[in-house]
Amino acid sequence: MASKTESTFRNMLIALFVVSFISATTLGYVYEFTKGPIAIAKLKKKIAAIKKVVPEFTNDPNADMYKIVSDIEGDSLEFYPAYKDSVLTGTAIKTFSDLGFTKRIYLMVGFLPDGSIQNISLLEHAETPGLGDKMDKKKSNWSEQFNGKNPANYKLTVTKDGGDVDAITAATISSRAYADAVDRAYKILMANK
Amino acid sequence: MEYLLIIISAVFVNNIVLAKFLGVCPFIGVSKKVETALGMTGAVMFVMVIATIVTYLIQKYVLEVYGIQFMQTITFILVIASLVQLVEIILKKVSPALFQALGIFLPLITTNCAVLGVAILAAGNKGFGLIESVVFAVANAIGFGLALIIFAGLREHLDLVNVPKGMKGVPIAFVVAGLLAMAFMGFTGIA
Amino acid sequence: MSKLNIFTRGFIKENAVFVLFLGLCPTLGTTTSAINGLAMGLATTFVLVMSNIVVSMVKSLIPDKVRIPAFIVIIATFVTVVELTMQAFLPDLFEVLGLFIPLIVVNCVILGRAEAFASKNNVFDSALDGFGMGLGFAFALTVLGGIREILGSGALFGFNFYEGDGMLIFVLAPGAFIVLGYLIAISNKINSKA
Repeated sequence: MASKTESTFRNMLIALFVVSFISATTLGYVYEFTKGPIAIAKLKKKIAAIKKVVPEFTNDPNADMYKIVSDIEGDSLEFYPAYKDSVLTGTAIKTFSDLGFTKRIYLMVGFLPDGSIQNISLLEHAETPGLGDKMDKKKSNWSEQFNGKNPANYKLTVTKDGGDVDAITAATISSRAYADAVDRAYKILMANK
Repeated sequence: MEYLLIIISAVFVNNIVLAKFLGVCPFIGVSKKVETALGMTGAVMFVMVIATIVTYLIQKYVLEVYGIQFMQTITFILVIASLVQLVEIILKKVSPALFQALGIFLPLITTNCAVLGVAILAAGNKGFGLIESVVFAVANAIGFGLALIIFAGLREHLDLVNVPKGMKGVPIAFVVAGLLAMAFMGFTGIA
Repeated sequence: MSKLNIFTRGFIKENAVFVLFLGLCPTLGTTTSAINGLAMGLATTFVLVMSNIVVSMVKSLIPDKVRIPAFIVIIATFVTVVELTMQAFLPDLFEVLGLFIPLIVVNCVILGRAEAFASKNNVFDSALDGFGMGLGFAFALTVLGGIREILGSGALFGFNFYEGDGMLIFVLAPGAFIVLGYLIAISNKINSKA
């Protein structure tokens, strides 16, 4: 058995400091190494979501992205314009809502130039499996009711609150959040035309 | 975010043990008697709330400011480990009886996935401010305690009942936990 | 204890999940399918082996009183390495496993083995122990995941057996508890016979 280092205050401090130092530098290195691939993976996902919600485009929506401040302090929405040979074919907006059941949900909403909704992609959520997660197109067609509607004559709140959106059975809160996110995107889009 | 919603969600619908699977080890280990379950809940609640506050502040004012979010796991677990040490020291001085009663379970709070889990969840929710995070932590601790105490009661009963030999002890405990989880699923209707 | 013994006991006799009841959170939380369970098990094995090796290398240099915090930092470092690597090269898997990846750091199996074995044995044995315990853990998770996948979604490793939904309850929370209970009972039976 090798001799053990004594638990003197000095030794303890040195040991902890050395371990922490080596750990921090190792991680810093790994972080630098993975930063690139992580960014690429995230971008791929984003472009895939944008592709789903707006018509075909020839530009790079990510490069043309601009941010507009939202109604919630400190947070803005990301606007991704889609152009086909310099003609605006649609705008994908990354929007969010805090009205959900667990944490903030993120949607990518695709609007056509006339303000109508082309398609919506669910980006991030933590709603209840079997209920709130029906917002996800992989679980149910519930979210397709928004497609083709123009919020100018389609109220983006649940029917319980006097709107036109059919809530998911037993998941009113998740439905409300979804509608709220779409509504936020629409309102800011219209305010900044 | 509405506080009531956070509370109902954390305690019943997304119960930390029965729905999120965090804090299961002590769940099986401590829940044999209702008294120990209560003591454990108190200790966990204390650590969970303070840890969530400290880690929230660290996330907001250190990790995000310096762009070193990848250090989250390490800093969070060190905060929790230190807090548990602190609780042990304070408890030893202030209430040696309670310290004795909790025994080995006190240091085990460090490895309680529920504490680290709640801290990470609160820090990761952009819709949460400091107050929402605290409410979230308290509510989750209550949910933990609720699951633990109900379960302890059930287990005290199980000890008195005839169980097939192969299922005695832990196996039947898990099956019962599953049924309890099923019962809690009924709460989702509250939404 | 023979080298082979060190490696194999992690599978049945001292299986982390079925016998020692360690690492239960990820066991229940990530086993909605066989591949998820397997991925989680392998990620955990990586951290376990690496931290066992490092702990064994520095065991005589770290003063006794600070060994737990030191072990935690070492383990957390490898967990973060797994986190970052997965995010970069296996992003879909990373999203599925979610919260449970950083939670590897509080997996009692890892700290437990560091304390009980790696801090008292040489590097090679510690690595073996790490592999044995880790793969046994992965084995348990894959089995649990596989059963839940077959019963709950009618598939195994993504290959569908029959059309339509299975018994959804098995993919949800209660199913995890129930199947695990039965698996532990089976494991008890096997061990008592051996």
